[in-house]
Amino acid sequence: MIRDIDEQITAIENEIDKIAENGDELKKLKELKNNRKELLSQCENLTAHDKVYLARHRKRPKVDDYIDALFDDLFIQKGDYLGKEDKSIYGGIALFHGTPVTVFGHRKGRNLNENMEFNFGMPEPEGYRKALRMMKQAEKFGRPIITFIDTPGAYPGIEAEEHGQASAIAKNLAEMSALKVPVIAIVTGEGSSGGALAIGVANKVYMLENAVYSVLSPEGFASILWKDSKRSAEACDLMKLTAQDLKKFNVIDGIIKEPLGGAHHDPEFVYKEIDNMLVEELYKYKKMTGNELAKERYEKFRFIDAQIIADAESRG
Amino acid sequence: MLKNLFGKHKKDALYFNMTKDETYEADVEMNPDDVLEKEDSIDKSATKKKEDKTDSETPEMMTCSKCNKEVSVSDMKKNLYVCPECGYHHPISAQRRIRGLVDQGTFRKLKCNIPFVNPLDYPDYEDKITKLKNKTNLDEGVLSGIGEIEGRKAVIAVMGSEFLMGSMGIAVGEKITNAFEMADRFKLPLIIFTASGGARMQEGILSLMQMAKTSAAAERFNEHGGLYIACLTNPTTGGVSASFATLGDITLAEPGALIGFAGPRVIEQTIGQKLPEGFQRAEYLETHGYVDRIVSRNDMRTVLGQILRLHDKRRK
Ligand SMILES: [Zn+2]
Repeated sequence: MIRDIDEQITAIENEIDKIAENGDELKKLKELKNNRKELLSQCENLTAHDKVYLARHRKRPKVDDYIDALFDDLFIQKGDYLGKEDKSIYGGIALFHGTPVTVFGHRKGRNLNENMEFNFGMPEPEGYRKALRMMKQAEKFGRPIITFIDTPGAYPGIEAEEHGQASAIAKNLAEMSALKVPVIAIVTGEGSSGGALAIGVANKVYMLENAVYSVLSPEGFASILWKDSKRSAEACDLMKLTAQDLKKFNVIDGIIKEPLGGAHHDPEFVYKEIDNMLVEELYKYKKMTGNELAKERYEKFRFIDAQIIADAESRG
Repeated sequence: MLKNLFGKHKKDALYFNMTKDETYEADVEMNPDDVLEKEDSIDKSATKKKEDKTDSETPEMMTCSKCNKEVSVSDMKKNLYVCPECGYHHPISAQRRIRGLVDQGTFRKLKCNIPFVNPLDYPDYEDKITKLKNKTNLDEGVLSGIGEIEGRKAVIAVMGSEFLMGSMGIAVGEKITNAFEMADRFKLPLIIFTASGGARMQEGILSLMQMAKTSAAAERFNEHGGLYIACLTNPTTGGVSASFATLGDITLAEPGALIGFAGPRVIEQTIGQKLPEGFQRAEYLETHGYVDRIVSRNDMRTVLGQILRLHDKRRK
């Protein structure tokens, strides 16, 4: 189980940091680094359940890390202009290699306080409306849109329902499908349910190697189907929620590599991979007209299951 | 490649859908006979099943699960399963609903039979679906066709809560999308009766993708000037509420219908408190501004007739 390995690695890393501060003890340092390497090498064949653990890892890079690392000159946008600022969606306008883009994503915290502040990355309708406001504006000014998906789902609360959670998500899905600028979505952590998809109707959808994307959290899945949320490990396998599964389903377009043991062991590596992907994709999309972009995105989702249906039909 | 796949469907006439190119060539001639079943299958199956037990001496009685009063079964049926004593709207099958809605003999089913798909290889899923198909006399969770209401033609799609709680998997998503495309193609208004617990868990991520697919189809129909009337019935929650159900030009709801994104139990668990009386019911949604009108099942035909009439001169 990755959890034990990961915790051992963290302990070693803490010790390495301490020794580095004290100096000397070179031999001990070398030994620790070897142990670390040994443990990391055990992280090669991860189960779906392992990936769920990594996808939710507290130290995993967050949307603000990605934006800091990949974009310059960020101007943060706030509010849905209808009465509320939802801090679980974070982003704004920034430069990507000199080109203005709109970039945002679900915001999770690094600790409990931050998570309370950002509502654990679970938007209320106002968050989705803010996202839509940013996207419609991007369309107006011809800016490509880049979204980072990392959420346990839309927030299930009384106010969220009263303020139209369902219609806010639906509107995003509908409007995103017709945007006349390129949209690239990257599932960086956990992408759960409509709350993830609501910023995920993109021309290209990428997933980090250890990210997961599913109709519902494994706990929710287990509790709906088996009335037992404790069977979530079993659900993880059955649900086919890893990047590798989704690539086979044609639901995502590509997988972004992570370092051994997960993105938090070497975030720079992941930033570089994402940067390369974005440069390549945005360069390709530069040549397409607005209508072509909307058409490509429409067809992507219209025919997302066409192969599966055709296969089923040929099997008879 | 996709185009070929769908071209094949069309030729075999098993399953009709737009090919990628056709969706952009609205002027391609198309004969409704190509996309509709030959017979008025609804009325036929109705007469076949009923008739035999109508003239018995003592009327068969049932107890209303809401008010606990004894009601004769035939009164209940005549009243479209709205309790004559308390007005409670009991579940009604998709076929009975259509029969009670359209001008007699005008309804023809759309050809859109999706083969069984099991992307997760979910255990016993095929068995379950086969049994349901036999039991409900439905191809899947949606019954769609073209019929007339007070002399005005419309594409009508009814979700069947009797089919795995109306949950949306690939087949349901495809049939709903097909309904949008056919309404678009024949320049007809579209009426959808929603009844769904949400995404079909057994189809995993692909059921989530149906939200994007149907919403994109709704948006395209909207851009083309089509009239879409959403009739929300009990229950309309989860992935269906957060996609096409809340994208109507006109939104009606049946009295007492549960409508919302998150299920009441999930919300209660999350916030740790009891929900207010009437929360997420149709009346509550009307007060909060998400529904134009609450319409009793018995008045639905008249109200839909009025709305269709008010749109008579569209697209001149
Ligand atoms: Zn009653």
